[in-house]
Amino acid sequence: MSEQDIKVKVSHMTKKFGDLLVLNDISFNVKKGEFLCVVGPTGCGKTTFLNCLTKLDAYELTSGEILINNEPVDLMKHNIAYIFQEYSSFPWYTVEENIAYGLKIKRRPEKEIKEAVDEMLEMVGLTEFRNYYPDQLSASMLQRVSIARAFAVKPELLLMDEPYGQLDNELRYKLEDELIKLWKHTGTTVIFITHNIEEAVYLSENILVLTNKPTTIKKEIVNDLPRPRDVTEVNFNKLRDEVTDLIKWW
Amino acid sequence: MSKKKGDREAVMYAILAIASFFVFWWFITTFTAAKQTTPGPIEVIQLLIKSLFEPIGNYTIFGHLMVSLRRVAVGFSVATILGIIFGIAMGTSDWARAIIKPIFELLRPIPPIAWIPIVILFFGIGELPKYVITGIGAFTNVTLNAYTAAENVDPELIGAAKMLGTDEKGIFFRVILPSCTPQIFAGMQVALSTSWMAVLAAEMVGAQEGCGWLILRGNDTLNIALVMVGMIVVGVVGFLLATIMRMAERRFCLWNRMGD
Repeated sequence: MSEQDIKVKVSHMTKKFGDLLVLNDISFNVKKGEFLCVVGPTGCGKTTFLNCLTKLDAYELTSGEILINNEPVDLMKHNIAYIFQEYSSFPWYTVEENIAYGLKIKRRPEKEIKEAVDEMLEMVGLTEFRNYYPDQLSASMLQRVSIARAFAVKPELLLMDEPYGQLDNELRYKLEDELIKLWKHTGTTVIFITHNIEEAVYLSENILVLTNKPTTIKKEIVNDLPRPRDVTEVNFNKLRDEVTDLIKWW
Repeated sequence: MSKKKGDREAVMYAILAIASFFVFWWFITTFTAAKQTTPGPIEVIQLLIKSLFEPIGNYTIFGHLMVSLRRVAVGFSVATILGIIFGIAMGTSDWARAIIKPIFELLRPIPPIAWIPIVILFFGIGELPKYVITGIGAFTNVTLNAYTAAENVDPELIGAAKMLGTDEKGIFFRVILPSCTPQIFAGMQVALSTSWMAVLAAEMVGAQEGCGWLILRGNDTLNIALVMVGMIVVGVVGFLLATIMRMAERRFCLWNRMGD
Protein backbone atom coordinates (compact mmCIF):
# COMPACT_ATOMS: atom_id res chain seq x y z
CA MET A 1 0.00 0.00 0.00
CA SER A 2 1.57 3.34 -1.04
CA GLU A 3 1.49 6.39 1.27
CA GLN A 4 -1.06 8.07 -1.02
CA ASP A 5 -3.49 5.18 -0.65
CA ILE A 6 -3.48 5.45 3.15
CA LYS A 7 -6.39 7.31 4.73
CA VAL A 8 -5.62 6.63 8.39
CA LYS A 9 -2.20 5.76 9.70
CA VAL A 10 -1.98 4.66 13.33
CA SER A 11 1.57 4.29 14.68
CA HIS A 12 2.39 2.89 18.12
CA MET A 13 -0.87 4.17 19.61
CA THR A 14 -0.66 3.83 23.41
CA LYS A 15 -3.19 5.09 25.92
CA LYS A 16 -2.95 4.95 29.70
CA PHE A 17 -5.49 6.11 32.29
CA GLY A 18 -3.27 6.71 35.29
CA ASP A 19 -1.41 3.44 35.72
CA LEU A 20 -3.94 1.45 33.71
CA LEU A 21 -2.61 0.60 30.28
CA VAL A 22 -5.61 0.38 27.92
CA LEU A 23 -4.15 0.53 24.42
CA ASN A 24 -0.68 -0.91 24.01
CA ASP A 25 1.44 0.01 21.00
CA ILE A 26 -1.15 -0.42 18.27
CA SER A 27 -0.15 0.19 14.66
CA PHE A 28 -2.18 -0.29 11.50
CA ASN A 29 -3.21 1.50 8.32
CA VAL A 30 -6.62 2.01 6.75
CA LYS A 31 -6.63 2.57 3.02
CA LYS A 32 -8.89 5.06 1.27
CA GLY A 33 -12.41 3.75 0.74
CA GLU A 34 -11.82 0.72 2.97
CA PHE A 35 -14.46 -0.74 5.26
CA LEU A 36 -12.59 -1.82 8.37
CA CYS A 37 -14.29 -3.61 11.23
CA VAL A 38 -12.67 -3.66 14.64
CA VAL A 39 -13.68 -6.53 16.91
CA GLY A 40 -12.56 -7.56 20.34
CA PRO A 41 -13.75 -8.84 23.71
CA THR A 42 -16.14 -6.69 25.74
CA GLY A 43 -14.31 -3.94 27.59
CA CYS A 44 -11.13 -4.26 25.56
CA GLY A 45 -11.06 -0.52 24.86
CA LYS A 46 -12.72 -0.35 21.43
CA THR A 47 -14.50 2.91 22.22
CA THR A 48 -11.35 4.37 23.80
CA PHE A 49 -9.64 3.53 20.56
CA LEU A 50 -12.18 5.58 18.55
CA ASN A 51 -12.14 8.44 21.03
CA CYS A 52 -8.37 8.64 20.76
CA LEU A 53 -8.76 8.78 17.02
CA THR A 54 -11.14 11.73 17.25
CA LYS A 55 -9.77 13.35 20.43
CA LEU A 56 -13.33 13.44 21.77
CA ASP A 57 -13.55 14.10 25.52
CA ALA A 58 -9.99 15.45 25.32
CA TYR A 59 -8.62 11.93 24.77
CA GLU A 60 -4.97 12.47 24.02
CA LEU A 61 -2.67 9.61 23.24
CA THR A 62 -0.09 8.75 25.89
CA SER A 63 2.29 8.03 23.06
CA GLY A 64 2.16 7.27 19.36
CA GLU A 65 0.59 9.07 16.46
CA ILE A 66 -2.56 9.07 14.36
CA LEU A 67 -2.49 10.65 10.93
CA ILE A 68 -5.31 11.27 8.49
CA ASN A 69 -4.12 11.95 4.94
CA ASN A 70 -0.64 12.02 6.45
CA GLU A 71 -1.54 14.94 8.79
CA PRO A 72 -2.38 15.03 12.51
CA VAL A 73 -6.13 14.73 13.20
CA ASP A 74 -7.94 18.09 13.15
CA LEU A 75 -11.73 17.97 13.49
CA MET A 76 -12.10 21.43 11.95
CA LYS A 77 -10.06 20.44 8.94
CA HIS A 78 -10.77 16.77 8.37
CA ASN A 79 -14.27 15.85 7.41
CA ILE A 80 -14.98 13.08 9.91
CA ALA A 81 -18.39 11.78 10.97
CA TYR A 82 -19.07 9.66 14.03
CA ILE A 83 -22.11 7.49 14.65
CA PHE A 84 -22.51 6.61 18.29
CA GLN A 85 -23.95 3.54 19.96
CA GLU A 86 -26.67 5.68 21.54
CA TYR A 87 -29.00 7.66 19.33
CA SER A 88 -27.47 11.08 18.94
CA SER A 89 -30.11 12.94 16.92
CA PHE A 90 -30.73 16.42 18.27
CA PRO A 91 -34.23 16.22 19.80
CA TRP A 92 -35.01 19.90 19.11
CA TYR A 93 -34.48 19.55 15.35
CA THR A 94 -36.73 17.78 12.91
CA VAL A 95 -35.40 14.86 10.87
CA GLU A 96 -34.45 17.11 7.96
CA GLU A 97 -32.89 19.74 10.24
CA ASN A 98 -30.82 16.98 11.86
CA ILE A 99 -29.60 15.74 8.50
CA ALA A 100 -28.82 19.30 7.36
CA TYR A 101 -26.95 20.12 10.59
CA GLY A 102 -23.39 19.28 9.52
CA LEU A 103 -23.83 20.96 6.15
CA LYS A 104 -25.09 24.15 7.80
CA ILE A 105 -22.14 24.13 10.19
CA LYS A 106 -19.86 23.83 7.19
CA ARG A 107 -21.74 26.79 5.61
CA ARG A 108 -22.62 24.97 2.42
CA PRO A 109 -25.01 26.79 0.02
CA GLU A 110 -28.74 26.37 0.74
CA LYS A 111 -29.34 24.66 -2.60
CA GLU A 112 -26.65 22.08 -1.94
CA ILE A 113 -28.02 21.47 1.56
CA LYS A 114 -31.53 20.91 0.26
CA GLU A 115 -30.34 18.52 -2.46
CA ALA A 116 -28.16 16.56 -0.04
CA VAL A 117 -30.96 16.30 2.54
CA ASP A 118 -33.46 15.12 -0.09
CA GLU A 119 -30.99 12.53 -1.35
CA MET A 120 -30.22 11.23 2.13
CA LEU A 121 -33.88 11.11 3.15
CA GLU A 122 -34.57 9.09 0.03
CA MET A 123 -31.66 6.72 0.67
CA VAL A 124 -32.62 5.95 4.26
CA GLY A 125 -36.35 5.87 3.48
CA LEU A 126 -37.39 8.74 5.73
CA THR A 127 -38.76 11.20 3.17
CA GLU A 128 -42.26 10.98 4.64
CA PHE A 129 -40.90 11.66 8.11
CA ARG A 130 -38.80 14.72 7.25
CA ASN A 131 -40.80 17.04 9.51
CA TYR A 132 -40.99 14.65 12.45
CA TYR A 133 -39.07 15.18 15.67
CA PRO A 134 -36.81 12.39 17.03
CA ASP A 135 -39.27 11.80 19.89
CA GLN A 136 -41.79 10.63 17.31
CA LEU A 137 -39.51 8.05 15.67
CA SER A 138 -38.74 4.40 16.30
CA ALA A 139 -35.28 3.10 17.24
CA SER A 140 -34.36 2.09 13.70
CA MET A 141 -35.54 5.42 12.30
CA LEU A 142 -33.43 7.28 14.84
CA GLN A 143 -30.33 5.36 13.86
CA ARG A 144 -31.12 6.02 10.20
CA VAL A 145 -31.26 9.75 10.96
CA SER A 146 -27.78 9.51 12.49
CA ILE A 147 -26.51 7.59 9.47
CA ALA A 148 -28.09 10.07 7.02
CA ARG A 149 -26.66 13.02 8.98
CA ALA A 150 -23.22 11.44 8.87
CA PHE A 151 -23.30 10.63 5.14
CA ALA A 152 -24.84 14.01 4.22
CA VAL A 153 -21.54 15.79 4.90
CA LYS A 154 -19.81 13.34 2.52
CA PRO A 155 -17.25 12.43 5.19
CA GLU A 156 -13.79 11.36 4.18
CA LEU A 157 -13.81 9.11 7.24
CA LEU A 158 -16.84 7.59 8.98
CA LEU A 159 -16.45 6.16 12.47
CA MET A 160 -19.18 3.92 13.84
CA ASP A 161 -19.22 2.70 17.42
CA GLU A 162 -21.50 -0.33 17.70
CA PRO A 163 -24.30 1.63 16.03
CA TYR A 164 -26.66 -1.33 15.81
CA GLY A 165 -25.91 -2.78 19.23
CA GLN A 166 -29.35 -1.92 20.57
CA LEU A 167 -31.42 -3.11 17.63
CA ASP A 168 -33.07 -6.47 17.09
CA ASN A 169 -31.70 -8.77 14.40
CA GLU A 170 -34.25 -7.95 11.72
CA LEU A 171 -33.61 -4.21 11.93
CA ARG A 172 -29.89 -4.74 12.20
CA TYR A 173 -29.78 -6.77 8.97
CA LYS A 174 -31.82 -4.12 7.19
CA LEU A 175 -29.62 -1.27 8.35
CA GLU A 176 -26.45 -3.22 7.57
CA ASP A 177 -27.62 -3.60 3.97
CA GLU A 178 -28.45 0.11 3.82
CA LEU A 179 -25.00 0.94 5.16
CA ILE A 180 -23.28 -1.21 2.53
CA LYS A 181 -25.34 0.53 -0.15
CA LEU A 182 -24.35 3.99 1.14
CA TRP A 183 -20.70 3.02 1.53
CA LYS A 184 -20.54 1.74 -2.03
CA HIS A 185 -22.35 4.82 -3.30
CA THR A 186 -20.09 7.32 -1.53
CA GLY A 187 -16.75 5.49 -1.34
CA THR A 188 -16.26 6.75 2.21
CA THR A 189 -13.61 5.15 4.41
CA VAL A 190 -15.37 3.43 7.31
CA ILE A 191 -14.05 2.23 10.66
CA PHE A 192 -16.79 0.18 12.29
CA ILE A 193 -16.49 -1.03 15.88
CA THR A 194 -18.56 -4.02 16.88
CA HIS A 195 -18.58 -6.95 19.27
CA ASN A 196 -20.79 -8.87 16.86
CA ILE A 197 -18.50 -11.13 14.81
CA GLU A 198 -21.15 -12.01 12.24
CA GLU A 199 -21.74 -8.30 11.65
CA ALA A 200 -18.01 -7.72 11.18
CA VAL A 201 -17.73 -10.55 8.63
CA TYR A 202 -20.86 -9.37 6.82
CA LEU A 203 -19.76 -5.74 6.47
CA SER A 204 -15.98 -5.56 6.34
CA GLU A 205 -13.21 -5.64 3.81
CA ASN A 206 -10.71 -6.05 6.61
CA ILE A 207 -11.11 -7.13 10.21
CA LEU A 208 -8.88 -5.98 13.04
CA VAL A 209 -9.06 -8.39 15.97
CA LEU A 210 -8.07 -6.87 19.30
CA THR A 211 -6.95 -8.65 22.46
CA ASN A 212 -8.15 -8.07 26.01
CA LYS A 213 -6.62 -5.22 28.03
CA PRO A 214 -3.92 -4.04 27.63
CA THR A 215 -5.22 -4.06 24.07
CA THR A 216 -3.00 -5.00 21.19
CA ILE A 217 -3.75 -6.22 17.71
CA LYS A 218 -4.13 -9.98 17.67
CA LYS A 219 -4.56 -10.29 13.94
CA GLU A 220 -5.53 -8.38 10.81
CA ILE A 221 -7.73 -10.45 8.53
CA VAL A 222 -8.50 -9.67 4.90
CA ASN A 223 -12.15 -10.38 4.18
CA ASP A 224 -12.53 -10.92 0.45
CA LEU A 225 -15.82 -12.82 0.54
CA PRO A 226 -17.92 -11.89 -2.49
CA ARG A 227 -20.87 -9.50 -2.04
CA PRO A 228 -23.77 -9.74 -1.45
CA ARG A 229 -22.77 -12.00 1.42
CA ASP A 230 -24.76 -14.89 2.72
CA VAL A 231 -24.53 -15.64 6.43
CA THR A 232 -25.32 -19.30 5.81
CA GLU A 233 -22.60 -19.78 3.21
CA VAL A 234 -19.68 -22.11 4.10
CA ASN A 235 -16.82 -19.61 3.64
CA PHE A 236 -18.74 -17.00 5.62
CA ASN A 237 -19.07 -19.37 8.54
CA LYS A 238 -15.43 -20.44 8.23
CA LEU A 239 -14.29 -16.85 8.56
CA ARG A 240 -16.72 -16.18 11.41
CA ASP A 241 -15.34 -19.22 13.28
CA GLU A 242 -11.79 -18.08 12.66
CA VAL A 243 -12.51 -14.66 14.19
CA THR A 244 -14.44 -16.24 17.07
CA ASP A 245 -11.46 -18.49 17.86
CA LEU A 246 -9.20 -15.46 17.96
CA ILE A 247 -11.46 -13.62 20.40
CA LYS A 248 -12.07 -16.60 22.71
CA TRP A 249 -10.43 -16.05 26.05
CA TRP A 250 -12.06 -18.93 27.91
CA MET B 1 -61.43 8.83 25.43
CA SER B 2 -60.45 11.45 22.81
CA LYS B 3 -58.25 14.37 23.91
CA LYS B 4 -60.91 16.94 22.98
CA LYS B 5 -63.57 15.15 25.00
CA GLY B 6 -61.14 14.78 27.90
CA ASP B 7 -60.37 18.52 27.82
CA ARG B 8 -64.09 19.38 27.77
CA GLU B 9 -64.69 17.16 30.77
CA ALA B 10 -61.76 18.70 32.64
CA VAL B 11 -63.17 22.22 32.09
CA MET B 12 -66.60 21.04 33.21
CA TYR B 13 -65.19 19.56 36.42
CA ALA B 14 -63.19 22.74 37.09
CA ILE B 15 -66.30 24.92 36.75
CA LEU B 16 -68.25 22.52 38.96
CA ALA B 17 -65.52 22.58 41.64
CA ILE B 18 -65.29 26.40 41.68
CA ALA B 19 -69.12 26.73 41.78
CA SER B 20 -69.24 24.25 44.69
CA PHE B 21 -66.62 26.30 46.52
CA PHE B 22 -68.71 29.49 46.12
CA VAL B 23 -71.86 27.67 47.28
CA PHE B 24 -70.00 26.35 50.34
CA TRP B 25 -68.67 29.84 51.05
CA TRP B 26 -72.16 31.33 50.72
CA PHE B 27 -73.59 28.60 52.94
CA ILE B 28 -71.19 29.10 55.88
CA THR B 29 -71.40 32.90 55.68
CA THR B 30 -75.21 32.75 55.64
CA PHE B 31 -76.18 29.95 58.03
CA THR B 32 -73.30 29.79 60.54
CA ALA B 33 -71.71 32.10 63.10
CA ALA B 34 -69.03 32.94 60.52
CA LYS B 35 -71.53 35.43 59.01
CA GLN B 36 -70.66 37.87 61.82
CA THR B 37 -66.99 38.12 60.81
CA THR B 38 -66.71 36.91 57.22
CA PRO B 39 -68.30 38.53 54.17
CA GLY B 40 -70.13 36.26 51.75
CA PRO B 41 -69.29 35.79 48.08
CA ILE B 42 -71.95 38.23 46.86
CA GLU B 43 -70.63 41.07 49.03
CA VAL B 44 -67.06 40.39 47.92
CA ILE B 45 -67.99 40.23 44.23
CA GLN B 46 -69.93 43.47 44.56
CA LEU B 47 -66.86 45.15 46.08
CA LEU B 48 -64.67 43.68 43.34
CA ILE B 49 -66.91 45.19 40.64
CA LYS B 50 -67.06 48.51 42.48
CA SER B 51 -63.28 48.64 42.87
CA LEU B 52 -62.89 48.25 39.12
CA PHE B 53 -64.28 51.77 38.75
CA GLU B 54 -63.69 53.50 42.10
CA PRO B 55 -60.10 53.97 43.32
CA ILE B 56 -58.86 52.45 46.55
CA GLY B 57 -56.00 54.70 47.58
CA ASN B 58 -54.37 56.00 44.38
CA TYR B 59 -55.71 53.46 41.90
CA THR B 60 -58.60 51.26 40.93
CA ILE B 61 -58.00 47.57 41.42
CA PHE B 62 -56.85 47.32 37.82
CA GLY B 63 -54.25 50.03 38.49
CA HIS B 64 -52.98 48.18 41.58
CA LEU B 65 -52.77 44.99 39.57
CA MET B 66 -50.75 46.71 36.84
CA VAL B 67 -48.30 48.06 39.44
CA SER B 68 -47.78 44.57 40.89
CA LEU B 69 -47.43 43.03 37.44
CA ARG B 70 -44.84 45.64 36.44
CA ARG B 71 -42.81 44.82 39.56
CA VAL B 72 -43.00 41.10 38.81
CA ALA B 73 -42.13 41.64 35.14
CA VAL B 74 -38.98 43.60 35.97
CA GLY B 75 -37.81 41.40 38.87
CA PHE B 76 -38.65 38.14 37.12
CA SER B 77 -37.03 39.11 33.79
CA VAL B 78 -33.76 40.28 35.31
CA ALA B 79 -33.65 37.24 37.64
CA THR B 80 -34.37 34.86 34.75
CA ILE B 81 -31.55 36.25 32.63
CA LEU B 82 -29.12 36.15 35.56
CA GLY B 83 -30.36 32.70 36.63
CA ILE B 84 -29.78 31.25 33.15
CA ILE B 85 -26.28 32.77 32.97
CA PHE B 86 -25.24 31.63 36.46
CA GLY B 87 -26.93 28.23 36.15
CA ILE B 88 -25.39 27.34 32.80
CA ALA B 89 -22.02 28.69 33.94
CA MET B 90 -22.15 26.38 36.97
CA GLY B 91 -23.29 23.44 34.86
CA THR B 92 -20.61 23.78 32.21
CA SER B 93 -17.55 25.22 33.91
CA ASP B 94 -15.65 23.69 36.81
CA TRP B 95 -14.24 26.99 38.03
CA ALA B 96 -17.61 28.77 37.83
CA ARG B 97 -19.18 25.92 39.82
CA ALA B 98 -16.35 26.06 42.38
CA ILE B 99 -16.87 29.79 42.91
CA ILE B 100 -20.65 30.25 42.58
CA LYS B 101 -22.11 27.02 43.95
CA PRO B 102 -21.07 27.33 47.61
CA ILE B 103 -22.52 30.86 47.85
CA PHE B 104 -25.62 29.84 45.93
CA GLU B 105 -26.20 26.79 48.14
CA LEU B 106 -25.93 28.98 51.26
CA LEU B 107 -28.36 31.62 50.00
CA ARG B 108 -30.80 29.28 48.24
CA PRO B 109 -32.81 28.15 51.30
CA ILE B 110 -33.48 31.72 52.46
CA PRO B 111 -37.04 32.69 51.43
CA PRO B 112 -37.55 36.05 49.65
CA ILE B 113 -39.51 37.43 52.62
CA ALA B 114 -36.49 37.00 54.89
CA TRP B 115 -34.55 39.33 52.61
CA ILE B 116 -36.96 42.27 53.08
CA PRO B 117 -35.18 44.01 56.02
CA ILE B 118 -31.73 43.69 54.41
CA VAL B 119 -33.00 44.86 51.02
CA ILE B 120 -34.71 47.89 52.58
CA LEU B 121 -31.53 48.67 54.47
CA PHE B 122 -29.53 48.68 51.24
CA PHE B 123 -32.04 50.04 48.72
CA GLY B 124 -34.50 52.10 50.78
CA ILE B 125 -38.27 51.87 50.31
CA GLY B 126 -38.70 52.92 46.66
CA GLU B 127 -39.34 50.68 43.67
CA LEU B 128 -35.89 49.07 43.54
CA PRO B 129 -36.24 46.96 46.71
CA LYS B 130 -39.53 45.56 45.38
CA TYR B 131 -37.83 44.53 42.14
CA VAL B 132 -35.03 42.96 44.14
CA ILE B 133 -37.36 40.95 46.42
CA THR B 134 -39.38 39.80 43.41
CA GLY B 135 -36.16 38.90 41.61
CA ILE B 136 -34.79 36.89 44.53
CA GLY B 137 -37.96 34.79 44.41
CA ALA B 138 -37.33 33.88 40.78
CA PHE B 139 -33.55 33.69 40.74
CA THR B 140 -33.01 30.54 42.80
CA ASN B 141 -35.53 28.46 40.83
CA VAL B 142 -34.24 29.46 37.42
CA THR B 143 -30.59 29.09 38.45
CA LEU B 144 -31.11 25.68 39.96
CA ASN B 145 -32.97 24.34 36.93
CA ALA B 146 -30.51 25.84 34.44
CA TYR B 147 -27.62 24.37 36.43
CA THR B 148 -29.11 20.88 36.60
CA ALA B 149 -30.02 20.97 32.92
CA ALA B 150 -26.58 22.17 31.81
CA GLU B 151 -24.85 19.58 33.97
CA ASN B 152 -26.88 16.79 32.38
CA VAL B 153 -26.56 17.68 28.70
CA ASP B 154 -26.07 14.39 26.84
CA PRO B 155 -22.31 14.19 26.12
CA GLU B 156 -23.02 12.21 22.96
CA LEU B 157 -24.95 15.16 21.53
CA ILE B 158 -21.98 17.40 22.23
CA GLY B 159 -19.70 14.75 20.73
CA ALA B 160 -21.89 14.45 17.63
CA ALA B 161 -21.92 18.23 17.17
CA LYS B 162 -18.14 18.45 17.60
CA MET B 163 -17.61 15.68 15.07
CA LEU B 164 -19.70 17.61 12.57
CA GLY B 165 -17.37 20.58 12.94
CA THR B 166 -19.24 22.71 15.50
CA ASP B 167 -17.00 25.18 17.36
CA GLU B 168 -17.30 26.03 21.08
CA LYS B 169 -19.75 28.91 20.47
CA GLY B 170 -21.87 26.65 18.28
CA ILE B 171 -21.83 23.92 20.93
CA PHE B 172 -23.27 26.42 23.42
CA PHE B 173 -25.98 27.90 21.19
CA ARG B 174 -26.87 24.82 19.15
CA VAL B 175 -26.58 22.07 21.76
CA ILE B 176 -26.31 23.22 25.38
CA LEU B 177 -28.90 26.01 25.29
CA PRO B 178 -31.63 24.10 23.39
CA SER B 179 -30.97 21.03 25.50
CA CYS B 180 -31.52 23.08 28.69
CA THR B 181 -34.61 24.94 27.46
CA PRO B 182 -37.36 22.59 28.73
CA GLN B 183 -35.89 22.44 32.22
CA ILE B 184 -35.28 26.20 32.27
CA PHE B 185 -38.94 26.71 31.37
CA ALA B 186 -39.98 24.38 34.18
CA GLY B 187 -37.88 26.51 36.55
CA MET B 188 -39.41 29.70 35.12
CA GLN B 189 -42.92 28.39 35.81
CA VAL B 190 -42.13 27.89 39.49
CA ALA B 191 -40.10 31.12 39.54
CA LEU B 192 -43.01 33.16 38.24
CA SER B 193 -45.30 31.85 40.99
CA THR B 194 -42.62 32.58 43.59
CA SER B 195 -42.11 36.09 42.19
CA TRP B 196 -45.84 36.72 42.32
CA MET B 197 -45.91 35.64 45.97
CA ALA B 198 -42.79 37.67 46.77
CA VAL B 199 -44.18 40.88 45.27
CA LEU B 200 -47.18 40.70 47.60
CA ALA B 201 -44.85 40.43 50.58
CA ALA B 202 -42.69 43.29 49.25
CA GLU B 203 -45.77 45.49 48.81
CA MET B 204 -46.76 45.00 52.41
CA VAL B 205 -43.72 47.04 53.48
CA GLY B 206 -43.46 50.72 52.57
CA ALA B 207 -45.75 50.59 49.52
CA GLN B 208 -48.65 52.84 48.54
CA GLU B 209 -50.03 50.67 45.78
CA GLY B 210 -50.15 47.12 44.47
CA CYS B 211 -52.15 44.00 45.31
CA GLY B 212 -50.11 43.35 48.45
CA TRP B 213 -50.80 46.87 49.69
CA LEU B 214 -54.50 46.35 48.93
CA ILE B 215 -54.67 43.26 51.18
CA LEU B 216 -52.73 45.06 53.94
CA ARG B 217 -55.06 48.09 53.63
CA GLY B 218 -58.08 45.80 54.07
CA ASN B 219 -56.47 44.27 57.14
CA ASP B 220 -55.60 47.67 58.64
CA THR B 221 -59.15 49.01 58.14
CA LEU B 222 -60.78 45.72 59.19
CA ASN B 223 -62.32 45.54 55.73
CA ILE B 224 -62.25 41.74 55.26
CA ALA B 225 -64.17 42.02 51.99
CA LEU B 226 -61.26 44.10 50.60
CA VAL B 227 -58.78 41.48 51.83
CA MET B 228 -60.80 38.85 49.98
CA VAL B 229 -61.01 40.97 46.83
CA GLY B 230 -57.22 41.23 46.92
CA MET B 231 -56.91 37.49 47.46
CA ILE B 232 -59.24 36.66 44.56
CA VAL B 233 -57.32 38.97 42.20
CA VAL B 234 -54.02 37.47 43.31
CA GLY B 235 -55.34 33.92 42.83
CA VAL B 236 -56.83 34.55 39.39
CA VAL B 237 -53.80 36.45 38.09
CA GLY B 238 -51.43 33.82 39.52
CA PHE B 239 -53.39 31.14 37.67
CA LEU B 240 -53.32 33.19 34.43
CA LEU B 241 -49.56 33.76 34.70
CA ALA B 242 -48.95 30.03 35.20
CA THR B 243 -51.16 29.29 32.17
CA ILE B 244 -49.27 31.81 30.02
CA MET B 245 -45.95 30.24 31.05
CA ARG B 246 -47.24 26.77 30.19
CA MET B 247 -48.34 28.01 26.77
CA ALA B 248 -44.94 29.64 26.19
CA GLU B 249 -43.24 26.40 27.17
CA ARG B 250 -45.39 24.46 24.70
CA ARG B 251 -44.57 26.97 21.99
CA PHE B 252 -40.80 27.01 22.54
CA CYS B 253 -40.31 23.36 23.47
CA LEU B 254 -42.73 21.83 20.99
CA TRP B 255 -40.20 19.08 20.22
CA ASN B 256 -40.14 18.02 23.85
CA ARG B 257 -43.81 17.07 23.82
CA MET B 258 -44.07 15.40 20.45
CA GLY B 259 -43.67 11.92 21.88
CA ASP B 260 -46.42 12.45 24.47
